[in-house]
Amino acid sequence: MKDNKKKVFTIMITSFACIAAVLFLMPTVLTIANSFMTSSEISANYGAMYGNMTEDTKTFISEDVNLKFIPDKVSASQYASVLFKSPEYLFKFWNSVALTVPITMFQLLTAIFASYGFSRYQGKIKSIIFFSYIILMLMPYQVTLVPNFLVAEKFGILDTRWAIILPGIFSPFSVFLLTKVMKRIPVSYIEAAKLDGANEFQILFRICLPLCKGALVSIAMLVFIDYWNMVEQPLVLMKEADMHPLSVFLSQINTGDVGLAFAVGTVYMVPTVLMFLYGEDYLVEGITYSGGIKG
Amino acid sequence: MAKRRKLCGRNRERLFSNLCIAPSLAGVLIFFLIPFGIVIYYSVVNNPVMHEFVFLDNFKALFQNAAFITAAKNTATFSAVSVPLALVLSLGLAVLLEANIPGKSIFRTFFLSPLMVPTASVVLVWQVLFHNHGTLNQIIETFGGDPVDWMKSSYGQIIIVCMFLWKNLGYNMILFMSALCAIPRDIIEVAALEGAGKCYQFFHIKLRYLSPTILFVFILSLINSFKIFREVYLLTGDYPYDKMYMLQHFMNNTFNSLDYQKLSAAAVVFALIMVVIIAVLMIAENKFGEDVES
Repeated sequence: MKDNKKKVFTIMITSFACIAAVLFLMPTVLTIANSFMTSSEISANYGAMYGNMTEDTKTFISEDVNLKFIPDKVSASQYASVLFKSPEYLFKFWNSVALTVPITMFQLLTAIFASYGFSRYQGKIKSIIFFSYIILMLMPYQVTLVPNFLVAEKFGILDTRWAIILPGIFSPFSVFLLTKVMKRIPVSYIEAAKLDGANEFQILFRICLPLCKGALVSIAMLVFIDYWNMVEQPLVLMKEADMHPLSVFLSQINTGDVGLAFAVGTVYMVPTVLMFLYGEDYLVEGITYSGGIKG
Repeated sequence: MAKRRKLCGRNRERLFSNLCIAPSLAGVLIFFLIPFGIVIYYSVVNNPVMHEFVFLDNFKALFQNAAFITAAKNTATFSAVSVPLALVLSLGLAVLLEANIPGKSIFRTFFLSPLMVPTASVVLVWQVLFHNHGTLNQIIETFGGDPVDWMKSSYGQIIIVCMFLWKNLGYNMILFMSALCAIPRDIIEVAALEGAGKCYQFFHIKLRYLSPTILFVFILSLINSFKIFREVYLLTGDYPYDKMYMLQHFMNNTFNSLDYQKLSAAAVVFALIMVVIIAVLMIAENKFGEDVES
């Protein structure tokens, strides 16, 4: 009797989770599925949203906008245009890489040192600095827009990649997360290392970092994903559209090539998917110990 | 002698820990804090050319600006609704997956999938869903309801809440799941032996242990509730319907019209509100923190 009740309960929960999971997965599946449609099929389905179709395509467009999961005809024509016909997309993809990879790497590097510093020997001044980091972290991009713009202008790096990379490197987000993880490392580990004659560098790189590996990977993933999708920064700090990352281009694509939008989106998804395949487990265990604000 | 050497050692370690912070602090000072000082300065002078000190005039003008008031109200309502909602729902999902259901890790991956999709592609999907002739309205019509022009109605904020929850629930859920795992088993077992029901266990024991994580997820959700503007912006452009006009729209538009005084004043007001929120949270943390440790 009790067993049966439990079974029903499990089935109910599982089916609820299934429904939720389908809702969550839908946009991803939709993007991938639609990338295999032909451009004209896409215009026929979604063209009504943009209202800037030419006369001869207009006849195919229905009033309604339909979500469509299964293409009438599976075709790789979108991919062919994106990957082979014009170098434009690959070029912008490279722009994205050239911005995001240095930001992620160097933000993590500065964060490793800074968080080690913050997690040991807290003083009044340090906690004030850390508090200001938290406040900065909460600021939406629009608040730091003017500061970023002023500094870029002053240093003459406006319209170059540096205008985005440099502020990105010093963004306090990963310092905050990593400090919280480092603070959870038992002091006894560090004391023991000290007794064995380890110097500060060795404590940081041999003791603390290996213990934080999961957190490092998961923070890297979060930072990468955030900057991989950047839109506002390039629009304000770089005038030349040639230098914009693919994310900006993708966000403007609905004014022109809606037919290619899904294929470009899918291609743009590849690095993040690969990262998930490698790092999902780290993401799950990564920030296990973190809680609270101050760490 | 030995004592003195130890003292030197400690000093050296302290020096090293300060040196560690130096590069990051230098960068933050140059790229954020010092320019933000300039922003504060801008907020109390009349214009960037004359530099005449006007103290609070810009702030007074700001609070009489109808666009700012609308934007501030919308952003405040949105964050006040969506952040607690994100907390409750993600905790619910975490508890749900904690219960023994098959294929736990697959579900986990599914809930995390929103992190993988490029923002701009997702916006396309949202547009299709909430378009005037879009999927949601078609569903409503099939069931005989009246279609709603989502983007241009007072329901506009619902779209933003949906986008926000969809994107962030998965990661919040993961944080809660690992916190749930970290609760000592023996305490739960003892409580069960003494006859505590599942509900009692959850509200009186587990929630206590989760409180640091709740604060942490709260902060992350607050950050993300401001970051979701990227999606809103791509969905609506510069001048959306009234209900979707966020503080970031206002700042963007004042930036584009080069009205630095108004923008600076708005930025300062925003920063002050954040300082208050974080300070309150820290006080709360001190209180709860003692609670769990003792």
